[in-house]
Amino acid sequence: MIRIDSVTKRYPDGTVAVDRLSLEIPDRSITVLVGPSGCGKTTTLRMINRMVEPSEGTILLDGKDILQQPVNTLRRSMGYVIQNAGLFQHRTIVDNIATVPRMLGWGKDKARARARELMERVGLDAALARRYPYQLSGGQQQRVGVARALAADPPVLLMDEPFSAVDPVVRKGLQDELLRIQEELGKTIVFVTHDIDEAVKIGTMVAVMRTGGKLAQFAPPAELLSDPADAFVEDFLGADRGIRRLSFFPSAGLDLLTTPIVAIDSTAEQIAARDTDDVPYLLVTDLDGRPLGWCEPRDLTAGAVEAEQLLPYGRPFVAGTDSLRAALDCAVLSPTGWAVAVDAEGRAAGVVSQQTIGEAIRGAHAEGRKTDKTDKTARVAR
Amino acid sequence: MNGFFDIPSDLQHSWLGLVGLHLREALLPVLAGLLISLPLAQLCVRFRWLYPPVLWITTVLYAIPSLAFFVLLIDYTGQTELTVMIPLTVYSLVVLVPSIVDGVRSVPQETLAAATAMGFGPVRRYVQVQLPIAVPAIIAGLRVATVSSISLVSVGTLIGNQGALGNLLNDANIYNRPELAVNAVLTMAALAIICDALLVVLRLLLTPWMPRRAHTKPKADRPDPAALALEDAAR
Repeated sequence: MIRIDSVTKRYPDGTVAVDRLSLEIPDRSITVLVGPSGCGKTTTLRMINRMVEPSEGTILLDGKDILQQPVNTLRRSMGYVIQNAGLFQHRTIVDNIATVPRMLGWGKDKARARARELMERVGLDAALARRYPYQLSGGQQQRVGVARALAADPPVLLMDEPFSAVDPVVRKGLQDELLRIQEELGKTIVFVTHDIDEAVKIGTMVAVMRTGGKLAQFAPPAELLSDPADAFVEDFLGADRGIRRLSFFPSAGLDLLTTPIVAIDSTAEQIAARDTDDVPYLLVTDLDGRPLGWCEPRDLTAGAVEAEQLLPYGRPFVAGTDSLRAALDCAVLSPTGWAVAVDAEGRAAGVVSQQTIGEAIRGAHAEGRKTDKTDKTARVAR
Repeated sequence: MNGFFDIPSDLQHSWLGLVGLHLREALLPVLAGLLISLPLAQLCVRFRWLYPPVLWITTVLYAIPSLAFFVLLIDYTGQTELTVMIPLTVYSLVVLVPSIVDGVRSVPQETLAAATAMGFGPVRRYVQVQLPIAVPAIIAGLRVATVSSISLVSVGTLIGNQGALGNLLNDANIYNRPELAVNAVLTMAALAIICDALLVVLRLLLTPWMPRRAHTKPKADRPDPAALALEDAAR
C-alpha cells in the first residue's frame, strides 16, 4: 500500500502545489487523482517516485519511507506512463519496452522475449516489434508506453494523463484495455487525469483535488456521483451526474418482455398471438432473431414487411452486462419509448419500457442508500 | 612537364600528398572542436545562464581574422600545421556548440521525464537518450564546420606554405601557372562535397529511426554550408 501522510510541496517562490495531502492508496486497484489544472495531481504522482521531493510529510510504500530507498531502485520498481507516451524515438518498439529489464541486468534475448510477450498483452501486433515510434499511431505509441511500464513487472504503475492526447475513440479503447489488463495483473495503479468521466470509468477510488493542492473528496466513483462532498466536487462532476451514476447499476434485474417479438417471416396467426395490450408495438426481427425495427400491429401483414416501413429502435443494450444507463439511453433513443435488449450475439432478448426502467432506478437508489449506510457504519467501526 | 597535376617541387608533395595533408589540416580541427563542444554544450544545457556568454565568446572568436590568429600564435607554435589548426578548431565551435545545444534541447520533455522515471541517472540519460536523439543536429553542425574548415585551410599558405592545397594558389602566382590555382579550387570543392556527402551517409546510418521525409526538409535556422564556405573563402 502507498500511504501519503500529510504531504506538502512548496516551491522556493512560495507556491504551494500540494497542501497537507493524506491518502491511502489501496493495493491492486486503480486510484485516480482528478482535478482542474494546477490542483497538484501530477506533483502528487511525481512525489511517489521521487521525481519531485516533498517539502513536508512522508510517503510510505509498504510501510517503508520512500526517501530511505535508493532513488533509481525505487523508480525501477514503479512503472511510469506519461502523456504522449514519451517513447525513445531512437529505439525500436521492442527495445523501448525492454528498457527497464535491460537496466536491471537481464540478457538481451530474455528482455526482448519479455517485450514481445507484453506487446501481445497490450494488444500490439508482433509485426511492429522492429519498427520505430514515428511509424506508429498515437494510440499504438501509448500502448507501447503501457507495455514499457509493465516490462519489469513492477507492483506499482504510475500513469500521468496517459490517454489525454489521443482522440476519444482511441481513448475509450485504451481505457477498456487498461481495465482488462488490470483484471489480469492486479497492479496498484495511481492514475492522474483532468477528465472526470475517465476517472469515474476506470477508478476503484477517486481523489478529487482542488486548486491549491487540497483534497476535496476521496471516494469510490458511485459514491462520488451520489454524494459529492461539497459544491466544488458537485460542479466538477458536471450536470448529468445522476444519469452517469446509473452506469453503476446493473440492468440484470430488469423484467424483459418477450411477447411482442415477431420474426419477419411470421404468419398472420403468429402475429396476432404476439399482439397484446401490454405493448402497443411489435418488434420485428430478421430470421436469426436480430432486431430490425418497431411496427404497429395493424401495419404488419404477414410476409410483406419492408425494412423501410419499420420505426428505428435506437441502440440496443446487452441484457445483464450493460448498465441501467445504457438501458435508459436506449429507451430514450427509441421513438416508441421502449428499449430493446439483446444477448451477446445481438439477438433480441426482450423489450422494456421507460417506465419499467424508471422503477428499476428507484429500486437501485433505495438499495444504494442502504449499502451507503452500512458502508459508513463499517467505516466508523474501523 | 607543366601538367595539371604536376606540383612544383618547393611544396615537397605530390597532388595526392597535398590532398592528404589538406584533409588532415581541415578535419583534425573539426574533430578537436567536437571534443571540446560536447562537454561545453552539456554545461550550457545544464546551466542555462552559461549559454549566452559561451555563444557570445565563440562568436567573437569567430570574428577574429585567421591572419590575426596566426600572428598571435606564431610566437608559440611557429610556422607549423598546428598554427593553422588551432584557429580552425576555435572557428568550428561557433557552429558546433549551438547545434549540439539545440539538438540536446530538442529531446521532448516527455521523453526525458520517462527516462528519469525509469531510473536513468543523469549520465546514462545523457549518453543513451539525449545524445543519440541529438545526432541529426550534431551532424548538421559537423557538415557546416567541415566544409568551412576545408576552405579555410588554404589561408595557411601565408605562414610558410602550411596551407596544403592552398599553397598551389601562391605557386600559381609565382610560377605563372594559372592551372595550379584552378586545380586547388576544384580539388578543395570536390573534397568539401565528398566530406559533406560522407557525413550525410553517416547520419543516415546512425538514424534509422528518423522519418524519411525529414531528410529532405531544409533546416531554416542553419545557414547553407556552401554559402558559409564561400563567405569564409573571402577571409
